[in-house]
Amino acid sequence: MAFEPVLLKYINIENSEKMDFYLSHNGYEGAKKALSMDPKAVTEEVKASGLRGRGGAGFPTGLKWSFIPADKKPVYLSCNADESEPGTFKDRYILERDPHELLEGIIICCWAIQSNQAYIYIRGEFTLGAKIVNRAIKEAREKGYIGKNIFGKGFDLDVFVMRGAGAYICGEETAQLTSIEGSRGNPKLKPPFPAVVGLFGKPTIINNVETLANLPHIMNKGADWHKSFGTEKSPGFKIFSVSGHVKKPGNYEVPLGTPLREIIYEYAGGVLNDKKIKAVIPGGSSTPLITPDQLDITMDYESLQAAGSMLGSGAITVLDEDVCMVDAIWNLMRFYHHESCGQCTPCREGTGWLEKLVRRIKMGEGRKEDLDNILEICANMQGKTICVLSDAAAMPMKSYLNTFKHEFEAMIRD
Amino acid sequence: MSKQFSKEKMDEYEEILTHFPNKKAALLPTLRLVEEEFGYVDTEGCKLVADLLDLSPAYVYGVLTFYTHYNREWHGRYRIMVCATLMCALKDSLEIVEHIKKKLNIEIGERTADGKFSLEKVECLASCGTAPAIQINEDYYENLTPEKVDKILNDLK
Ligand SMILES: Cc1cc2nc3c(=O)[nH]c(=O)nc-3n(C[C@H](O)[C@H](O)[C@H](O)COP(=O)(O)O)c2cc1C
Ligand code: SF4
Ligand code: FES
Repeated sequence: MAFEPVLLKYINIENSEKMDFYLSHNGYEGAKKALSMDPKAVTEEVKASGLRGRGGAGFPTGLKWSFIPADKKPVYLSCNADESEPGTFKDRYILERDPHELLEGIIICCWAIQSNQAYIYIRGEFTLGAKIVNRAIKEAREKGYIGKNIFGKGFDLDVFVMRGAGAYICGEETAQLTSIEGSRGNPKLKPPFPAVVGLFGKPTIINNVETLANLPHIMNKGADWHKSFGTEKSPGFKIFSVSGHVKKPGNYEVPLGTPLREIIYEYAGGVLNDKKIKAVIPGGSSTPLITPDQLDITMDYESLQAAGSMLGSGAITVLDEDVCMVDAIWNLMRFYHHESCGQCTPCREGTGWLEKLVRRIKMGEGRKEDLDNILEICANMQGKTICVLSDAAAMPMKSYLNTFKHEFEAMIRD
Repeated sequence: MSKQFSKEKMDEYEEILTHFPNKKAALLPTLRLVEEEFGYVDTEGCKLVADLLDLSPAYVYGVLTFYTHYNREWHGRYRIMVCATLMCALKDSLEIVEHIKKKLNIEIGERTADGKFSLEKVECLASCGTAPAIQINEDYYENLTPEKVDKILNDLK
């Protein structure tokens, strides 16, 4: 447990959200450095750092930026601060406690992709976060870090806080863009990818808050420094939001590749009331379960994938031995059904059926054939829709049923 | 009389427009202005927004109803939103919901007779590490117990 947090280093210190504090801790030096470089060289540095997106998919950040066509203007950035994957609560702390770290990251990204307009899409519930970020933007404007001719480099940058309004789907990148455009948050088919045809039909990068917050540190200390943490395929460090049945739930920032067991038992203090673990959700509610025999798995993109799951947003939820897995998955199916935007039949109907079938089993009215039906519905929901919310619902459903089939069977009487 | 923005809100509205390449994109922020000015968004509010942004009221209403977080007419002065998602459920959020229902004598989706409180179940508030969590108007309340809920509700005037 020797790692000293980088992204969350200051969040518990009073006034950490203020400009003066940030400047007294090397603030905006990374942005100054970036703006003294060629934009392409900034992208190359981020590519070399191996930074991967922290919003869920783990896509290489520098590579994504390089998809922006050279000749299409304007270019937009949407910072994804929708944070609504159940279990995830990390971006909220960056917004509320270190907004300048995020703004500096936004400036660096916008310089690299040559965007003069960034939106920060903050979920509607985060009223406090939005206020604090707006105050930080005002401070940065006064310093000349945002606005016209920033850092005296002849480059203009506007940053606007766009508040969401309670729709999980607006965390999905194409839905986020339709929402910013003033529409219902319906996702769009890809390709075209937003980097080519995005907001208002223009090239657009969508990056998560935590992804962008890494940038000042990478600019200050270099790609090699970043790569000295983590694993070869998952360089750097990551904030894991730990919830559920642990003694000390909270955000723990550790190098990627840290064993799950260490995060649960050392950082999060072990299982509440010293019970046994039944299962762990490793990366947010849509990720397939990790079972107690797999606790030595290391938390990096490739290991989770090899285990049939995903690192996702880094939201770890511990379920103790007393949790009814039928109850647990019913709760999640209810969630996905509620949040489906309804455009695609397999998703709209599939999430509804799954919710109903699992509820029926939970109420003791399930039938033997329900379990096969559930799996068949799941198969029909995967890879067939406009966005991956449908897959995000089917994946855990299959995992909970296949891993804990006996619990489902025990609740079916006939 | 149809609804109109005050001079101050109009200025805010004009400022918002400067951040977008077209008017339509100002829709979500303008709905927030309606909420701030009138307390909630109703069909009159939609009409106001539609007129400002050159959209049809039906379109604005369609967008409004996609989103769950805007204050609507039926909400109480204190809008209680209880997180119902799994991580809070693991920490007995159901007990919190039942407690509030009993205390206020309302069901989910209802408002107390005096208009003071309304109750909703919402999805993950990004407070799972401090579960169970509720939001009342703008504020989060975390690590709740029925006793804490009593104190919070009793203190709201
Ligand atoms: C249904 C759904 C919900 C999502 N919600 C979020 C979210 O709340 N926050 C986020 O950063 N990314 C979310 N994503 C991922 C985004 O689509 C996108 O991949 C990400 O913001 C890209 O940023 P990154 O490369 O920096 O990770 C979601 C994806 C899906 C399919
Ligand atoms: S998969 Fe679901 S959420 Fe995604 S676009 Fe289709 S209906 Fe909407
Ligand atoms: S599940 Fe309740 S705040 Fe996340």
